[in-house]
Amino acid sequence: MTTVVQVENLRKSYGAKVAVADVSFAVERGEIFGILGRNGAGKTTSVETLAGLRRADGGSVRVLGVDPRKDPQAIRTVVGVQLQEARLPARITVIEALHLFASFYPDPADPEELLGMLGLTEHRGKQFAKLSGGLKQRLSIALALVGNPQVAILDELTTGLDPQARREVWDLVERVRDSGVTIILVTHFMDEAERLCDRLVVIDEGRVVAAGSPAELIRGGNDERTFRMRLPDGAADQFDLIGSLADVHTVIAVEDEVEVTGSTHVLPAVILALAESGIVPDEIRTMTRTLEDVFVDVTGHAPEEELAA
Amino acid sequence: MSATTAVPTTAGRRPMRGLGALTASEARLFLRDVGSVVFAVLFPALLVVGVGYALPGMRDPIEGMGAPWDGHLAIQLYIPIALSLAVATVALSTLPTQIVTARELGVLRRISTTPMRPQGVLIAQVVVNLGVLVLASLLALVAAALAFGLPAPQSPAVAALAFLVGAAATAGVGLLIAALVRKASAAGGIGMMVYFPMLFFAGMWTPGPLMPDTVAAIAQFTPLGALSQALTAAWFTGEFPALQLVVMVAYIVVLYPLAAKLFRWQ
Repeated sequence: MTTVVQVENLRKSYGAKVAVADVSFAVERGEIFGILGRNGAGKTTSVETLAGLRRADGGSVRVLGVDPRKDPQAIRTVVGVQLQEARLPARITVIEALHLFASFYPDPADPEELLGMLGLTEHRGKQFAKLSGGLKQRLSIALALVGNPQVAILDELTTGLDPQARREVWDLVERVRDSGVTIILVTHFMDEAERLCDRLVVIDEGRVVAAGSPAELIRGGNDERTFRMRLPDGAADQFDLIGSLADVHTVIAVEDEVEVTGSTHVLPAVILALAESGIVPDEIRTMTRTLEDVFVDVTGHAPEEELAA
Repeated sequence: MSATTAVPTTAGRRPMRGLGALTASEARLFLRDVGSVVFAVLFPALLVVGVGYALPGMRDPIEGMGAPWDGHLAIQLYIPIALSLAVATVALSTLPTQIVTARELGVLRRISTTPMRPQGVLIAQVVVNLGVLVLASLLALVAAALAFGLPAPQSPAVAALAFLVGAAATAGVGLLIAALVRKASAAGGIGMMVYFPMLFFAGMWTPGPLMPDTVAAIAQFTPLGALSQALTAAWFTGEFPALQLVVMVAYIVVLYPLAAKLFRWQ
């Protein structure tokens, strides 16, 4: 594994307002690395510093071994950026925009190939103002890739998309990663991060509050397991039996189900004890933690749910 | 960290790679905006021909005003004004609106993430607007020549100098607007608020010697009024418009650094 991006103790203020207090992370070549946080948590400032768009007040940043503060121009040829809410002139067409942006780079990708990869071929002659939200995002990704970057930064790329368009964009991001581009994905959507990211950091109030793979984060620091089951009629009240087991911490009734929380072995222990009493549950569901639960744990508040419009 | 070699070295870089493509793109976008094309490119020519044919007496020779005016057609006094109109339209409307639109859309910010610098967008827009200005001016001159005959300027070099300096001075006002205004719609509106008084001082409603002395005395201190007077002098009287040229240079010296200082890229 090669580290392509290294951020250490990054700090950035705007006047009295501290946007980034202390952020460190490292991105390995070929992964999709997530930066999660609520709006205003400091995500965009962090990646804009990476891209050489802003100068950090403190800390160190290396992108492919280069300090963006010292040599921003070197960064710009190897890092592709898809900016939140950057639009294009209303009358530029898809293919014109790609050719234009390609002309800025020493070794650009073939615009026609990118059109095909992003499913834009049939829209090549359409003007920007006439594109749907999903097509605009696809074009925006294409523009971030047209310079043949080694690292692509994608900032809030599915905000405002309908569920179908979001899933298409997700597939695309995976295809881009598979083509060898390292991706830094900035998002406040937990499902997006859980689905796409190999590893991620959660940023809150300008600090990293959690880091790891989605699976690690979901597992990590939580050695309790929860499941719910529906017991057959006549065997409904087994609370005392279940509650007396060593592996069980709590037993509560939730509507017509029994919710049991306990150690990592709680599920087999309970099933075994019930079986010994001749009871077989009608239905069992394990209650999986999601990245959203992790987020609430580490930040103390729920992520903003902006419904895709 | 072994990937350092993947970043191109300074020696291999070309600043402003793609500036030609950017300029071509800006030109294409301009041509797609039919309203702007008619307004910026055709309006000066339409003005000369329209005024010449619509107003009575415009195609009659001037009499009783003394030298150097007598003998010219009245409409020919509109030639400096049509050129000033071409300057004003591009400098106060088209250019600032394009710059503010690019910033408002986030195009300048978007471009800053690429090896192209956002300054390149401004350069491309200035080049396109310069082309539009030259085209509009030539069309106005050709239209006037075909319709009424075009008298040769007394001193072509002074006329050319005045045109150049006047266009730059008026563009300074447009660039200041672009620096100060956030929204493209507001830039257009403010541009128009400056545009019509400027055209008044350029003599749109009182061409050449018909402008009252007090108005002319004020007009010579406005960029477009100075331009119009300098062109009129170079074209008809042959006097060297020293004051007007100094005024226009003063606008350039004051407005450009001010606009550059106040300009925000995002």
